[in-house]
Amino acid sequence: MLANNNYLKELESESIYVLREVAAQFERSALLFSGGKDSIVLSYLASKAFAPAKIPFPLMHIDTGHNFPETLEYRDKWVERIVARLVIRYVQDSIDKGRVQEETGYNASRNVLQTVTLLDAIEELKLDACLGGARRDEEKARAKERFFSHRDEFGQWNPKNQRPELWDLYNGRKNMGEHFRVFPLSNWTELDIWQYIKLENIPVPALYFSHEREVVERNGQLLAKSAYLNLRENEESKTMQVRFRTIGDMTCTGAVPSSASTIDEIVAEVAASRVTERGTRADDKRSDTAMEDRKKVGYF
Amino acid sequence: MSNHKFSTPQRSLLRFITAGSVDDGKSTLIGRLLYDARSIFEDQYEAIKQSSRQRGEAQVNLALLTDGLRAEREQGITIDVAYRYFSTSQRKFIIADTPGHIQYTRNMVTGASSANLAVILIDARHGITEQTRRHSLIASLIGIKHVLVCINKMDMVGFSKEVFEKIRSEYEQFSSKLQIVDVQFIPISALGGDNIVEKSANMPWYGGSTLLYILENIHVAGDENLIDCRFPVQYVIRPQNDKHHDYRGYAGKVAGGIFKKGDTIMVFPSGVVSKIKSIETADGELKEAGPGTSVTILLEDDVDISRGDMLVRENNQSSVGRDIDIMVCWLNEKKLIPGGKYAVKHTTHDARCVIKEIHYKININTLHRLEDDKEIGLNDIGRISIRTTRPLFYDNYRKNRHTGSLILIDEATNETVGAGMII
Repeated sequence: MLANNNYLKELESESIYVLREVAAQFERSALLFSGGKDSIVLSYLASKAFAPAKIPFPLMHIDTGHNFPETLEYRDKWVERIVARLVIRYVQDSIDKGRVQEETGYNASRNVLQTVTLLDAIEELKLDACLGGARRDEEKARAKERFFSHRDEFGQWNPKNQRPELWDLYNGRKNMGEHFRVFPLSNWTELDIWQYIKLENIPVPALYFSHEREVVERNGQLLAKSAYLNLRENEESKTMQVRFRTIGDMTCTGAVPSSASTIDEIVAEVAASRVTERGTRADDKRSDTAMEDRKKVGYF
Repeated sequence: MSNHKFSTPQRSLLRFITAGSVDDGKSTLIGRLLYDARSIFEDQYEAIKQSSRQRGEAQVNLALLTDGLRAEREQGITIDVAYRYFSTSQRKFIIADTPGHIQYTRNMVTGASSANLAVILIDARHGITEQTRRHSLIASLIGIKHVLVCINKMDMVGFSKEVFEKIRSEYEQFSSKLQIVDVQFIPISALGGDNIVEKSANMPWYGGSTLLYILENIHVAGDENLIDCRFPVQYVIRPQNDKHHDYRGYAGKVAGGIFKKGDTIMVFPSGVVSKIKSIETADGELKEAGPGTSVTILLEDDVDISRGDMLVRENNQSSVGRDIDIMVCWLNEKKLIPGGKYAVKHTTHDARCVIKEIHYKININTLHRLEDDKEIGLNDIGRISIRTTRPLFYDNYRKNRHTGSLILIDEATNETVGAGMII
């Protein structure tokens, strides 16, 4: 009888409600866009939430400079398609200004450096809310995250003293200089995201589909060979049939062997998968609480 | 093991909360459900297996799956509500897993506020405890209509029917005083998997269904109010371009009733009457929209409506007023201040209020009213009167969870300090 007896539509309604709540409660917000499937779905939902008007906040890409070229190509087309405004801030600028020090060594990555660029951008643009595509099923620290997550004036998350979140009443009150991170996809799982992409026929970057690629095996991960990856002496690259389950910086996003070349095949693969998607992320493997530790200082 | 995860999107969503003390086997039960529904992944399992070994524990500690924060792992306690997800071919499930120690009320209320169902665990060896009563009272108070009482560790009492029946009749006696519509009892052993996913061969005397079967099939759609039309306006959409020059859409989520195209509606607080011209979503027009659906409503007439206003039916209006009685659950270390002023959030409406009177506090173990003890601190529940700066458009919480709930916010710290259910 109800129009929303389909659970994907229930999740959609919940996310749209949260997106509208952000537009109503905050003055200057932005949607953090990485070119990955979650931020694609989030920006797609934003375009639905305010239709036929434009999305009332820009998408913001924190660019590490170590992108897959496919991601950037996709990003620019996508922004045009959903008629959004795009703001880009570069980690390279933070390095040039001496705000951060580039990591060196074999596992060097700009993943951690992004936090400084992000917090600088929040201050520069006087943002009071940043929307992110993080989901609670991704990682154990994220399982404790609120929809409206408070950040102090240093951009820090205090997981021990979070505001209780009841019913659908979201408390976005704050003092000057503080801001919120808002996660409208909190209740979605990886499989939900793919089923929704299929249901709504949303285009995604080619990286998600099976392709041939030169990869290097390191710590049980398949990293894409690129100019940004420093090879150890005994390391050799090989060509494999792979796809990516998550898309981030080239230096920390691992590929998985896969022959899935359509959305249907991806849905089937994800449904049968016995490993979480964060298992492909080198940035989470630095320690048992790597995600929580990064989030506390202001990471996505 | 069958693969439950292949499924079509034609499923509904069930949100439930698990309640039980630390030793009742709650983590084991959740672990068992997730494992049997193939929702614990190998890398997650490997990680907790390693952590368990490092901590010198002989068995894999499934609690580590939900205790995600550094402090929780260090202290071996759960601090906060954790949300877990799993799905079967029938349904998608969201579990709000709340901590089992004494300071429970705040977290249980938080987790329960969005739940349709509560799973309450009882250790068969100990029977009903103070905690059981407390959990059941909170579930009742927060308006959960379905409770599954799982009598766990049946293996430790020889799978005895008598033990099960004794606990069941004791619980029924006590719960008859509560406002829970639907209570079911299941004898289980979370450790052995008895009556969780598969029917137990050890308890042939039990004629009921397994826990998972009930979770998959229980009917919860009727929990929403489908009669009384309520639409709190959340955001006004005005494209202001040539194509949509005069477009004025009222965006929001239906909080009650079924709104239909052509319906005559009334706007609170102005009292203006108009007709629904269309109900829109980005996917096109809808003929009708029910509770939980995010839509945009357009009206026939050009009326002045903004966030916080509410659309109702002329012959079925909500209450309107500034003097409101609520049951409040206190969520903060700083006690409720009699005569104090707080910010209020109610539907999409913001206001301020003053605490006029504290009537009584509830003893959450006996359900007795404590008329002499009116100090309301962290985890306390009591009945109070507030007066708001602006009229609220509200319903009794029993009638509608969306228009009957509000939160109180400390204006100095901006923390959410109270959860209120309108009486």
